Amino acid sequence: MNHHHVLRVQDALNRRVFLGGTAGALGATALASLLAPGGTAAATGSSGQVFPNFPAKAKRIIYLFQSGAPSQMDLFDPKPEMEKHRGEDLPASIRMGQRLTTMTSGQTSFPVAPSLFKFAQHGKSGMWFSDLVPHMARHADRWCMIRSMETEQINHDPAITFFQTGHQLAGRPSIGSWVSYGLGSDNADLPAYIVLTSFGSGRKDDQPLYDRLWGSGFLPTIHQGVRFRNTGDPVLYLADPPGISRDHRRATLDRIGALNATRGSLLGDPDIAARTAQYEMAFRMQASVPGIVDFSDEPAHVLNAYGPDIKRPGSYAFNCLLARRLSEQGVRFVQLFHMGWDHHGGLPAAIRGQCHDTDQATAALLDDLDQRGLLDETLVVWGGEFGRTIYSQGALTETNYGRDHHPRCFTMLMAGAGVKGGLTWGATDDYSYNIVTPDQKVHVHDLNATILHLMGVDHLRLTFPYQGRDFRLTDVHGEVVHGILS
Amino acid sequence: MVAELALFMFASRFRDLEFPMSNSTSYAARLCLGCFISLLALPFGTIRAGEPAVDFNRDIRPILSDRCFACHGPDAETREAGLRLDLREAATAELESGTTAIVAGDLASSEIIARITSTDPDVVMPPPQIRKPITPAEAATLERWIKDGAEYRGHWAFERIERPSSPTVKNGSWPRTPIDRFILARLEAEGIAPNPEADRVTLARRLALDLTGLPPEPKAVDAFLADGSPNAYEKYVDALLASPHYGERMAIEWLDAARYADSHGYQTDSSRSNWPWRDWLIQAFNDNVPFDQFTIDQLAGDMLPNPSHDQIVATGFNRNHRINGEGGIIAEEWRVETIIDRVETTGQTWLGLTVGCARCHDHKYDPLSQKEFYSLFALFNNVPETGTIMGSQNRAGGNSDPLYEIASKEQKNELARLQRVVADAEAAVTAEAGNLDDLLVQWENSLGPVLGGAESAWEPFEPLELRSVGGASFRRSEDGSWLVEGQNPPRDTYEFEALLPGQSFGGVRLEVLPDPSLASDGFGRGGNGNIVVSKLEVEIEPADGGDTVPVTLVRAEADYEQEKWPATAVLLGQAKKGWAIDGHDPTKRQPRQLAVFPAIAINVQENSRLVVRIRQEAFDGHTIGRFRLAITGADPSVLGVDGLNLPNPVKKALTVARDDRSPKQRQAIRKFYVDRSGGATKAAEATLGAATKSLTNFRNTLPSAMVMQEGPPRDAFVLIRGEYDKRGEKVTAALPAFLPPLPEGSKVDRLSLARWIVSRDNPLTARVQVNRLWERFFGAGLVKTSENLGSQAEFPSHPELLDWMAAEFMEGNSLPSVDGQPAKPWDMKAFVKLLVSSAVYRQSAVVAPANLAHDPTNRLLSRIPRIRLPGEIVRDQALATSGLLVPTVGGPSVRPWMPDGVWDETSKYGDLRGYKPDTGPGRYRRSMYTIWKRTAAPPTMLLFDAPNRETCQVKRSRTNTPLQALALLNETTFVEAAHGLARRMMSAGGDTPVSRITHGFRLAIGRQPTADELDTLVTGFKADLAIFAADAHAAGKYTGFGLVKPPEGTPLPEFAAYSLTANVLINLDEFVMRE
Repeated sequence: MNHHHVLRVQDALNRRVFLGGTAGALGATALASLLAPGGTAAATGSSGQVFPNFPAKAKRIIYLFQSGAPSQMDLFDPKPEMEKHRGEDLPASIRMGQRLTTMTSGQTSFPVAPSLFKFAQHGKSGMWFSDLVPHMARHADRWCMIRSMETEQINHDPAITFFQTGHQLAGRPSIGSWVSYGLGSDNADLPAYIVLTSFGSGRKDDQPLYDRLWGSGFLPTIHQGVRFRNTGDPVLYLADPPGISRDHRRATLDRIGALNATRGSLLGDPDIAARTAQYEMAFRMQASVPGIVDFSDEPAHVLNAYGPDIKRPGSYAFNCLLARRLSEQGVRFVQLFHMGWDHHGGLPAAIRGQCHDTDQATAALLDDLDQRGLLDETLVVWGGEFGRTIYSQGALTETNYGRDHHPRCFTMLMAGAGVKGGLTWGATDDYSYNIVTPDQKVHVHDLNATILHLMGVDHLRLTFPYQGRDFRLTDVHGEVVHGILS
Repeated sequence: MVAELALFMFASRFRDLEFPMSNSTSYAARLCLGCFISLLALPFGTIRAGEPAVDFNRDIRPILSDRCFACHGPDAETREAGLRLDLREAATAELESGTTAIVAGDLASSEIIARITSTDPDVVMPPPQIRKPITPAEAATLERWIKDGAEYRGHWAFERIERPSSPTVKNGSWPRTPIDRFILARLEAEGIAPNPEADRVTLARRLALDLTGLPPEPKAVDAFLADGSPNAYEKYVDALLASPHYGERMAIEWLDAARYADSHGYQTDSSRSNWPWRDWLIQAFNDNVPFDQFTIDQLAGDMLPNPSHDQIVATGFNRNHRINGEGGIIAEEWRVETIIDRVETTGQTWLGLTVGCARCHDHKYDPLSQKEFYSLFALFNNVPETGTIMGSQNRAGGNSDPLYEIASKEQKNELARLQRVVADAEAAVTAEAGNLDDLLVQWENSLGPVLGGAESAWEPFEPLELRSVGGASFRRSEDGSWLVEGQNPPRDTYEFEALLPGQSFGGVRLEVLPDPSLASDGFGRGGNGNIVVSKLEVEIEPADGGDTVPVTLVRAEADYEQEKWPATAVLLGQAKKGWAIDGHDPTKRQPRQLAVFPAIAINVQENSRLVVRIRQEAFDGHTIGRFRLAITGADPSVLGVDGLNLPNPVKKALTVARDDRSPKQRQAIRKFYVDRSGGATKAAEATLGAATKSLTNFRNTLPSAMVMQEGPPRDAFVLIRGEYDKRGEKVTAALPAFLPPLPEGSKVDRLSLARWIVSRDNPLTARVQVNRLWERFFGAGLVKTSENLGSQAEFPSHPELLDWMAAEFMEGNSLPSVDGQPAKPWDMKAFVKLLVSSAVYRQSAVVAPANLAHDPTNRLLSRIPRIRLPGEIVRDQALATSGLLVPTVGGPSVRPWMPDGVWDETSKYGDLRGYKPDTGPGRYRRSMYTIWKRTAAPPTMLLFDAPNRETCQVKRSRTNTPLQALALLNETTFVEAAHGLARRMMSAGGDTPVSRITHGFRLAIGRQPTADELDTLVTGFKADLAIFAADAHAAGKYTGFGLVKPPEGTPLPEFAAYSLTANVLINLDEFVMRE
């Protein structure tokens, strides 16, 4: 029995399933939509959810997570007034009893540290960027800049967990898992949710990442993010052992399939054929994944656009291009995590390094998506887990300062499918300490609700019953930010 | 029939999840589909027209709870319209609006019916935005219920467990245990026949995997097959229950619930080693500790009178939680999280309740108020802990206090010795502290003259005599400096002899000055203006004419140092080294100073003489041309070359009158003095520091267990919205009111809680445990939502069976004896034996089409379900099959093969970095001993649905993905297992491919292969052999992969072909399934 035969068996099983359904309890309409290709998945449950709930603006997401929390007032939120207040204590009227981390709560003073970096307006929209991110600034009219992000968490672990899962403690599914669960995959050979991680110029012992950030929590394990690795096989155990050729592997899979089929027919258990089908998918992944991480088919100008790091697998630039290639293949949710943004001290030098790692490649990714006509259907998100303080952690000098964690306001950027390019949403006070546009606050839950909305999913309806309760990504909160939608 | 077959297919596809879904049909979509189907097709949940009376718990409560309670349930905060539907009295009372929700027997007057059947979006309930409509079938059920009198009953799982009698059945020969009567009665009522018993080979493997997690050895199977005695099955079961591996298998799910791991979790995720608790757990299962004691020991063993070693270690259950050591945290916030974790974990593990819901508000579904949640919180609130890692380091790891040391006799002796050393050192420090006050006054007085600054610190100093070894002469200037004249040797030494002005010597300062009379207007007598001092020596000649004493100089400082010619060089006097000052550079011609100091001020007799020897022997032509000396009697520890060398806070404190100083200022002075004086206090403190460090280091080498302790009671409060710093009403420890009370007069503490959990009156514990055990052996619980038996739970498929088993578990009346030991109450082994002795369990797994039609998801159990083995068992089985398994039970965690970078790609923060797989026995131990880092858990285990152990998890999903296929095909351990199995095939499987492959098949799968299967395998083997024979290079590469080598002298192509056949065997569906 060859593998074609195995597939035929699986096909026949599937057909029996579907055709049987027609004659049975399911209505023909439900069945038709179940069979419909191309992203119009359907469901008819007791509560009648259908995903997408409405036409999706974004078919895919590339989420560029900047782990450690980039400093908003050094990148996107200019505060020129601060120069006058250099070294002065943060006024109590601004701090308003704000909770501090114990890294700075012992400081006797909170000297205002104006940004060392020059800001300028860019594009037709006149969006502000500092000179740290000249490449991102080129896309001023593509970005929607949200300066009024807020979160509830002030330490890294709970804050990044909160961002990814809607809850500060471990145990809930991550945003990509929810998307995979809700919308499935558009590609037969690749998972719906892929995660890429990079260290850059930052301290190697900077904020770590955790499996749970792309874990599936109580959702079935198939929805956990598949992290492409920087060491060895890009996907765990992808390569056959040395000495086993593709043909040889094919032959062993046929044998496994044949033996499974024999057993399956004896027991009458269709799960056995389902396992064989997974082996076939594994075989196809073995063929498709190495091609995706091999950039030799990319023209030189594309490679060059991402900057010199493109040559280093596991770099942010490499991952940006890989994200584009995965998106192109229909991977619904690609999430990059770039580490190293936690600048408690020596911020000016460190942030230069981080921007050097990420700025050019981020901009190149937008260009690349655009040139391929993908940007209109791909949502790109850029940001970290909270903001940073205007006051210096540690000594403030003419050329140096550090900044502590700040949850009450920070900046995130979105571009591509469904968001208003060139829009700056929300504003903060002169100290970038509080949001001064109360009707434009964007809480983490709101951001997540909005991302799901752009994917065509009503965040209130994407639920999973667990422990007697219907859970969702946005817990019991979240409002779609309609004002930023195009 | 066709339809129902299809329904089964859907259900089965949903159960065994696939990945990814290429047709874009989402899992969520299919899940909903699954729900839909189950509502229509399953005989539970919704009744059909013409069926007997409505059962409130089975038919009504699930609807009310899921659709209504969120707004009309126990939580008063969110209750709408004053309507409460979880209590009959409230539901049938007149509302503010004048209407009544439920009027028994009167549909027309019951507002609830009007609302749920309305088509007006403003009127219909639940409101459309809730997105949980009531289906027409459910509405019909509610109507029937109201018509019949709207009877309420307490939630079934909260009612006391009474032991029902087992039902009568028609087929009296089938049941082997009372369990079977419950199952068969239901099957007979539905007109379904159970499957026949599976063959013995299948049973042998099923039992071995279920009870020990390891496949049976062919020898054991053969013995079982050959045993014709009537109790052969029982003997086989008893032998497995007696195996040390029984405890290992039973522990796996409990480790998930206990969130056991080898790291602290959170950001740093550094190491801990709480494996003594894990070993206790395995042993407790093996020793068959009754479940009530098992519970009490884990929750409150420390509070028992005279607890045993084991009972203290057992309390590690509630120390296995994560601990956040992140730098910026407020410890109290995380202490609160720790306690909440304990409450949630305890509630989840024993009571099957989601008590955590009541952290922020009254529970939406179950009658648990927020206040009651914090009353439970109070029971766990007194552990002496801070909320962050204690007694060890955030990054370096180590167990966090409170600890229980587990030491051998020798280790205990050493520990006692080190503790004595520390105690002695502490006593010495205390004694010195007594002298310290006087010393401080003396010291401070000595500072008097120098507090004014550099000029008052250093006194000019006139010589009695000034000599040049090289014959130069000296001329005094008015400013007290000396110009060197006359003979000008290339190298020289000046000796300066003077009467000491005071009775104390603290240091001497040399100042060199440029002068127009010198070459190049520089400092030196040589050509380029620079100078080099190679050494400074100081001696004291006592006034009484005793021996001259050299002064040991310990510190040198200069106000300027030429690169690579530092001041400190003058202490050593090495060849070609010294202090220089860039004197050749005309821009740097200003007076320079060099000072040298002894460690402490030296007391001298009045009229003693001082000799200062300025050696200039490093470099020709760099002798000094003009200089002067100054001296000090002050404490050198506070002096610098340019005066007083005190940190600002100390200087400031010293300027305040002694009696007016703040405690902080006094402490600053004291600490400075002790640190710098080098006196006895410092020595004592240093000794203490070293002793403490030795003790700590030794302790760190000892195994310890993280355990519970009861410290001084802390107050507990309702925390508003669950936030640690928003304290509301103060609460005292108490148990929830909806469950039975503690015995009259009991103290309300953690021990009472533990006893209450396993009291005969507790309706939840036994139901929860027997349901989970049932789930383990039968794939799904009788209550499918095994993680929750609260109001939102699924109604049990066999409620009487559940209660019968729960009662039996608690009482042990008709449980079987194990190995001749009669069953005790809460007897775990006996209960497990009951389950696996049943006819239900002994059925075959064959899917009979007729039964499928009637019962698509097999809830009626007309066959044994096939279950995908947990990841740990998949790997263990591969190791056992291949003969690689190292079966040692317990001990520190080990490091089997893992791909590179699993830890380091996402974190280089804590000490769990740079993973290196063991090459010895640790490589092949059972998977449960693998070191478990929570934020980067063993990847193959995660692929096979293991939780990451960050929080309590009592149920795993069971999925089927291509990544699992890749692991079994290619992961190094599985390739090594294939090599190992090939070795066994070749060494003990006879001489022919047929016999060898048959042997391998039996090792892997248990049974004999069929002729067809054997043919497929042998044909494949021959083809592989041909490929490898033609490509010896490939054979070499494949057989060389991993650490398992072919037997000496084996032709590689042949070994490679057997190994690939073995690889096929361990990738068969049957291999990863318990059948």
